[in-house]
Amino acid sequence: MSHSENAAPSNKLVRALIYTVLIFFVIYYLLPLYVMLVNSVKTLEDIRTGNLMALPKLLTFQPWRDAWSNAQIGVEATGLKPYFANSLMIVVPAVALSTITGALNGYVLTKYRFPGADIVFGMLLLSCFIPFQIVLIPAARILGLIGWSGTIQGLILIHFVYGIGFSTLFFRNYYAAFPTELIRAAQIDGASFFQIFRRILLPSSGPIIVVTVIWQFTNQWNDFLFGASFSGYTSTPITVALNNLVNSSTGVKEYNVHFAGAVLAALPTLIVYIVSGRYFVRGLMAGAVKG
Amino acid sequence: MASLTIDNLHKSYGATKVLKGINIEIEDGGFLVLVGPSGCGKSTLLNTIAGLEEITEGDIRIGGTSVAGLHPSKRDIAMVFQSYALYPNMTVAQNISFGMEIRKIDKPTREAAIKRVADVLQIEELLKRKPSQLSGGQRQRVAMGRALVRDPQVFLFDEPLSNLDAKLRVDMRTEIKRLHQRMGTTIVYVTHDQIEALTLATKIAVLKAGELQQFGTPDEIYNDPINMFVAEFMGSPSMNLLDCDVTNEDGLMLRLAGGQYPDVVLPAPDCDGLARYVGQTVKLGVRPEALTDPEGANRSTDRIVEAMCYIDVVEPAGSDTFAVAKIGAFEAIARLRADAQITPGELTPLAFNMSKAVFFDPATQQRIR
Amino acid sequence: MKDTLQNWLPRLVVAPTFLLVVLFVYGFILYTGYLSMTDSRMLPSYGFIGLENYTKLFNLRHWNIALVNLAIFGVLYIGICSALGLFLAILLDQKIRAEGFIRPIYLYPMALSFIVTGTAWKWFLDPGIGLEHTMHVWGWTSFQFNWIKDRDYAIYTVVMAAVWQSSGFVMAMFLAGLRGVDSDIIKAAQIDGASGVTIYRRIIIPLMRPVFLSAFVVLAHLAIKVYDLVIALTGGGPGQATELPATFMYSYTFARNQMGVGASSAIIMLVMVFSIVIPYVYSELRQGQSK
Repeated sequence: MSHSENAAPSNKLVRALIYTVLIFFVIYYLLPLYVMLVNSVKTLEDIRTGNLMALPKLLTFQPWRDAWSNAQIGVEATGLKPYFANSLMIVVPAVALSTITGALNGYVLTKYRFPGADIVFGMLLLSCFIPFQIVLIPAARILGLIGWSGTIQGLILIHFVYGIGFSTLFFRNYYAAFPTELIRAAQIDGASFFQIFRRILLPSSGPIIVVTVIWQFTNQWNDFLFGASFSGYTSTPITVALNNLVNSSTGVKEYNVHFAGAVLAALPTLIVYIVSGRYFVRGLMAGAVKG
Repeated sequence: MASLTIDNLHKSYGATKVLKGINIEIEDGGFLVLVGPSGCGKSTLLNTIAGLEEITEGDIRIGGTSVAGLHPSKRDIAMVFQSYALYPNMTVAQNISFGMEIRKIDKPTREAAIKRVADVLQIEELLKRKPSQLSGGQRQRVAMGRALVRDPQVFLFDEPLSNLDAKLRVDMRTEIKRLHQRMGTTIVYVTHDQIEALTLATKIAVLKAGELQQFGTPDEIYNDPINMFVAEFMGSPSMNLLDCDVTNEDGLMLRLAGGQYPDVVLPAPDCDGLARYVGQTVKLGVRPEALTDPEGANRSTDRIVEAMCYIDVVEPAGSDTFAVAKIGAFEAIARLRADAQITPGELTPLAFNMSKAVFFDPATQQRIR
Repeated sequence: MKDTLQNWLPRLVVAPTFLLVVLFVYGFILYTGYLSMTDSRMLPSYGFIGLENYTKLFNLRHWNIALVNLAIFGVLYIGICSALGLFLAILLDQKIRAEGFIRPIYLYPMALSFIVTGTAWKWFLDPGIGLEHTMHVWGWTSFQFNWIKDRDYAIYTVVMAAVWQSSGFVMAMFLAGLRGVDSDIIKAAQIDGASGVTIYRRIIIPLMRPVFLSAFVVLAHLAIKVYDLVIALTGGGPGQATELPATFMYSYTFARNQMGVGASSAIIMLVMVFSIVIPYVYSELRQGQSK
């Protein structure tokens, strides 16, 4: 970072200009969030007669209550609450499963290299990039065959399987930098395969576990395609419910409720981002820069 | 404590042969140093002894019992790694006792063992620290402690000193030697540093490209090298290898043609093999300390011969002065007394200790005896 | 071998998840590939008809609109994201005191679901309540901005929302790249008398080539896969004005009961993604090995 100190323009005018541009973009990136938040606490009347940018004339949390528990989604007026719960029930086990398998795969692929390990890794890596449209039809068939169509466990399976690639990539790259001599020392100490994993590797894996969990959680929580394709009446995730809410053609468009619902759907990933943004960015980078 | 036998050991990765039929035997309590340039297979050899890598062919016996195929933990060995390989999440005490913990040895016994080792290595005050809070030398001690506590039949050291700075390296070298003298356990030690090899070993194995070049005592390796590779690799500065013509004029003579510098002609020492090379060129090997100022020459031998040589560069090194000299037309390093009067750019008489001279066939690179 | 189990354990650990991926990714690709050559309509059927679906596909106006839209969207999305990302990264690299505050704001949209982004932008761009309405309320009554309702311009609103979501991420990639430049090189250039602008133009940006490549691959594969955003923002409309291959595949397969054609469109998408990703992954893996 030292170079930026040297290269920093000293001219006051230039620096003022830079700050102006940076602040302009701060507003640009924040504006949609501001619009969502401020309009989620307005009355519908206020939105229609007022403007999108203005602060509410009358502060009301009714849209939030409606979005959470009263709004008409599909046929029933349940609000987003049950769908929020569905998303949690799908995402939590799927994240846990794909993180654990990613860690084990990364461990084996770096520390117990067997013939063909590169091919295995290459195939797992490539699976990260497929457009999921390619698997929709057969996945629907398989879920039907095993009787998991439209179920929570069906979606857990799907998210788990398509999360393996990235989890493995993260852990492989992390463990590749983990000294192999430590594994050897533990082998000489008599530790078994799983003892080495649990006692030597896992205690040093905190950061990469956080990165993987955040990445998988964000991706799976935000998923729409699988939810729209494979969920049923009792397993619809929140993204699909939100879209149904916003795009339902019946009745008055309750913009304030839509905005409240959108913020509700975004809240878990936003909180994760605010709490551990550093790890979130690291995950994004690891997903982009491989090898 | 046990003897170690390596019997016709082969190791390949696919089609790449990294060890090509190694035979080494070291007696109980011996200190074997495996030395060679990087990529010679010395670390692989050590790993096969440890059981960290499988062998392709041959056998390894510890105390007369074959260990081929045995898991590392069942070979009764302990290993000190180049990077020390201390478990970063455990304290020093936990690092030392981890192996015992795995073997489900009860806590009082473990504590006693930790204390015993900490005592030997004087690391009592470090026991509660994490590896990240230790200096390089302290980590080195802890790594040795982890090996010591196992009380194994054979200790394996994989370049244990290469991550230390120069002064600490010398101290630790002495420490390892002292430890070996006191405990008398068999040790196999890998290094690329030939001085470590010479100072520590009871037996040295010099490897190159997966083949054992020479196996012998430090004295044999240093004074009686089997080929040009061993001669050049061991010793610092390395042995001078000079082209010379063998002639027969009232006995065998060696002529180093000088071109613009004076020719040097030396009487050949006793070496039966040399007679076959009359009229041919051979490599004369002279160590720097066998090429010195006449006053500093070892007069206990009658094989001292003086010749005028051109001095190119003078490098005082405190205890000695090294000079780059032209022996005939060839550059050689001479090791002179620190107070030797010598000036670069002048002709000076240098004393050759021909009793230490060795000869090699330039084509086969093998020793002429 | 006396420790057979310990020798085989690593492979046994990787095997189940690897087989799952082989089935769910590569097996499914083959199945979809086969379906694309059958007369499947509402349900899979196995009457082999060769490449007829592909001929049909490329004669469909709908598909050609989707391809043109993808071209427009892809070029603008990748181009603007890269340019904006690099621009903001360079500005942020000027020893900005508030960097720790600004950077997370630029990046947070990446944590949001495309459905949320789509919802926010849908109403923000809606002439009835959004920007246009707001300008009218503020007194600029002649202001017009109804692209989202305009067949010729709706695709550009998809670009706007997508750029908003992804450009911060590209900025983070470039910033990491800029920070990775050896500061000695920059000192050497300063001693050579190069100005700040010259240092960036002649030395730093040319060193960013790998980042450009990574950004391109990530953005291109996102562009081909983008589905949720279109669904939430425009639903593919007005008419078919914002259809993309991903939405085309979904509607032909599941709504229009043309599974064979849907499968063939999925194969085309896969070919597009793989032709970008495979060379990249291959070269990254090769580099990783030569290290």
